[in-house]
This record gives sequence, C-alpha cells and structure tokens, in this order.
Amino acid sequence: MKHFKHLTKPYIVWSFILIVIPLLLIALYAFTTGGNSVKILDFTLKNFIKILDPTYISVFLKSVKLGLITTGICLLMGYPLAYFISRFKERTQDFLVLGVTIPMWINLLLRTYAWLNLLADNGIINNLLSMVGIGPITMMYTDFSVTLGMVCNFLPLMVIPIHTSLRKMDNSLIEAAYDLGANQLQTFGRIVLKLSMPGIINGIVMVFLMSISTFVIPKLLGGGQYLLIGNLIESQFISVGDWNFGSAISLLLAIIILISMRLMKKIDPQDD
Amino acid sequence: MKKKKHIFSGLYIVLCFIFFYLPIVITMIFSFNASKSLTHFTGFSLRWYQELITNKEIVSAVYVSVTIAILATVISTVLGTITAIGLSKSRKFLKEYLLNVNNIPILNPEIVTAIGLMILFSSIGIAKGYMTMLLAHICFCTPYVITSVYPKVRNLDPNLANAAMDLGATPFQALRKVILPLIRPGIFAGALLAFTMSFDDFVISYFVTGNGVKNISIIVYNMTKRTNPTINALSTIVIVVIILILLVVNIVPILKKSKERKED
Repeated sequence: MKHFKHLTKPYIVWSFILIVIPLLLIALYAFTTGGNSVKILDFTLKNFIKILDPTYISVFLKSVKLGLITTGICLLMGYPLAYFISRFKERTQDFLVLGVTIPMWINLLLRTYAWLNLLADNGIINNLLSMVGIGPITMMYTDFSVTLGMVCNFLPLMVIPIHTSLRKMDNSLIEAAYDLGANQLQTFGRIVLKLSMPGIINGIVMVFLMSISTFVIPKLLGGGQYLLIGNLIESQFISVGDWNFGSAISLLLAIIILISMRLMKKIDPQDD
Repeated sequence: MKKKKHIFSGLYIVLCFIFFYLPIVITMIFSFNASKSLTHFTGFSLRWYQELITNKEIVSAVYVSVTIAILATVISTVLGTITAIGLSKSRKFLKEYLLNVNNIPILNPEIVTAIGLMILFSSIGIAKGYMTMLLAHICFCTPYVITSVYPKVRNLDPNLANAAMDLGATPFQALRKVILPLIRPGIFAGALLAFTMSFDDFVISYFVTGNGVKNISIIVYNMTKRTNPTINALSTIVIVVIILILLVVNIVPILKKSKERKED
C-alpha cells in the first residue's frame, strides 16, 4: 500500500503552481507598485490607502449592504421552502430537491440574461402591467433588479443546506416537545430552528460569499455604471490596467470572506 | 385545518419554482420567436437556430466549450482520483496541508481565483488562449473531484488492497481491480461536477483567455450588449443539454432507491 503514497506527488506540484503561487502573486502585486513588472520590487501600502478613498469605500459598503439584503431575503424565502419540502414523503422530497438544484447547474450568466427580457421598460412584466393600466415601472438598472437577480440565482444555495439539516432531524423530538406541553411556536423555536442552525449558517455563508463577489449580475442587471466590489476588480484588470490596485481589492475581498466564514463557524453550535 | 396547510405549503413551493424557472422558460419560448422582439411572440420559427449554426463565431465557441469541458473533465478526474487515493495513505501533515490547499479554489471567490491565474500566466509569459483556459479549468475542477472521491477512499477497508497484493496482484492490478471499482460512484459524481462546472464557467474563462479564444459564456456575455435572439437559441440548447444530463444522472438513482425501499 505504500506505493500509493507517491500518487499525491503530481498534485502537490500542480496545486503549488496553480493554487498557492497565484495567491502569493496577488499579495505581491497588492503590496508593490510599478505596473505589471515583477522584476523591480517597490513595496508600498499605496494601493490600500487608495481603497480608503470615499468613492471606493462607498463601493465596498454598497456591496456589503446588497450582500446582506440578498442574504436576508434568501433566508426569509428559503427557510419556509426548505421546511415545506422536508414535510413531504421521501421520494417527493428527492424530486423537489432536484428541482431546486437544477437551476444551480445552469450557467449563471444565462439565468441572469433571461431576466433582462422580463424586467425591461418595454419588457414582459411591464407589458402585463400596462394591460391593467399601471404605467411602466423602471425596474432594470436599479438596486431592485440587481437584488432580484442575486436572490433568484443564490436562493438554492440557502435552501439545500437548510433542507439537509431539516431532513436529518429526528421527528420524534417534535412529538416529544408536543407531549411535554410545548405549543407550535415553542416547538419550532426550541427544536426545529435550533436543529436546523448548521444548515442556516451554511446557507448564509454561501449566499453572502456569492453575492458579495459577483460581477456578472450587477453588470447585466445594474448596467455599466453599477459598481460592486467584483466590478471594481474587473475594471482594474480589464479596462483600467492597474493590476496592483485590483490585487489589493481582491486581497481585501478574500480576507473579508475568510473572516466572515470564521465568525459564522464560531456561532455554529454544532460544529466540531 | 391540516389540508388547508398542505395547500398553502404546496402553493408556496409552486411559487418558488415559478421564480426559479420563469426566466429559463421565457428564454426558451422566445428562442422560437419569428421576430426579433424579445417581448412579443409573433409566431413560431427556427430562424434563430439557423442563424446560430451559420454564425462562425458561435460554432467555434461551442467547439471551445465542449472540447475544454471534455479535456478538463478527463484530466481533473484522473488527477483528482489518484490524489485522493494517495492522500489516504499520506502522513497527517501532508494530508492536512493538501486538503487545505485544495479547499482554496472552492472557498475563494471565483473572481479572486481568476485574477490569480491571470497574473500567474502573464508572469510566466504563456500566451493567453486555449491552453491557459484549459489549465485554469483543470485547476478549478480538480478540487471538486478530490472532495467527492476522497471520502469514498477513506471509507475503504485498507485490508482489501493488501489482500489483493498478498494474493499476487501487483499494486497497479490492486488499484485497477479492487480500489477503483469500489470508489466508482465518487469518481462518477466528481466527473459530472467537473464537466458542468467547466461547461458553465464564465468568470475564470473570461479573465484567462485571449487571442480571440472564446467559450459559449464569453460569447453570450459579449452579445448581451444588444438585443439578439440568437443568444436565446444558444441558451436553450445549453440548458436542454445540462438538464438532460442531470435528469438522467439523478432520476435513475432516485428510482432505484425507491425500488429498493419497496423491496425491503
């Protein structure tokens, strides 16, 4: 069996080159100046100081705000969905879960693009509204359209983990709670909610992570002027060409996400 | 009372599913629209599908997406599987190091992985294009293969391979005839994940490609700037392909499971 030990060698080399080194390069770029040349290292904190500029701070705050709103809506919509699904027969549950998962496997870009036709000023929803006499409502290129796109795309990420923990729950615990005189609300709060906590936390982390770093959804549904962290990074690398500043933002984004994951893990009572 | 509740929960599930599927269904319907309008359905036609197959840019994008997905799936499945097998026999330190490194592309925002690879490729001086896209796809697919194969390898009885070798099998034979068949479901799940991840990828491909090499997602992204129902036709094909694969892969085990349950 010792022979098999050597099988990890290719991946040790591979992961070092394609996973570890890129991260180090981002860090290196974030702390240096001088365009795209790595040969002359000129260490600086300038890139991070630049982030403190009010325009960039507001981009960060807006991203976090939209991320929190999206996560909140996903939790409010996703919990009941996961709960109702978990009340069905096993086999029906399997199919319903499959129904929730399928959209996740379809290209996010295509799913987001589809909303364009629905939300446009002369789009399908506005056409329907005008039939009942409600004038066209501008939905595209607003916070509303971006949030809607995020919720639609990321809701499954909330539903699946919550459903998994609800399904694992021992139903006799609920019966026991009723037998011991708890009412519906108490049973839900003290048993169901508590036992599904790991799923809730997992879902919150996933949705927040995705919504804070996306750049496709704000670009398509928010328009060219709509800037979130992801768009800021993209513009630095694709159009502006300031890779050092772009790397600094990316590093900060990665750190924000690592910290929020750590925090969430700490809250999670059942994590081991 | 109980029935009323059931109706309510059923209705809620239906509404959520409409929310999930409405945009997809609308895209599909309008791909058959005779006119260019994306809001008024004027008649059935296959016009946009015809335009799709005559558009050279789209045809080459389909070729890029499909070949990269196949190559990335094969390579990352092999790499991920041998790594997972090796990991179960490695020392604790190495195991923990590698599993942690392996988690980075899964946990990190896609855009950070993308720019990391972009900087890497331009630092080494590889010309951006098909090759860099393929390398990047293998890079983000392999971690998913490892995470789906490794638990299966860990649950294996270590004596099985030893017994095979005691009975005269070479290590390679033991691997091929004993270990691989036992972890096949994990490998299969990993490969499926790798294929769909690669086929659907936009963010990473967008940053690491160059020289006019584009996959389907990049083409769609460039086309969304103006009204173009050809995207709907392209989307429809992609969606149908993915849904068919998923249905076949998922429904078969569900039916099998419920059949087994019946027999129990």
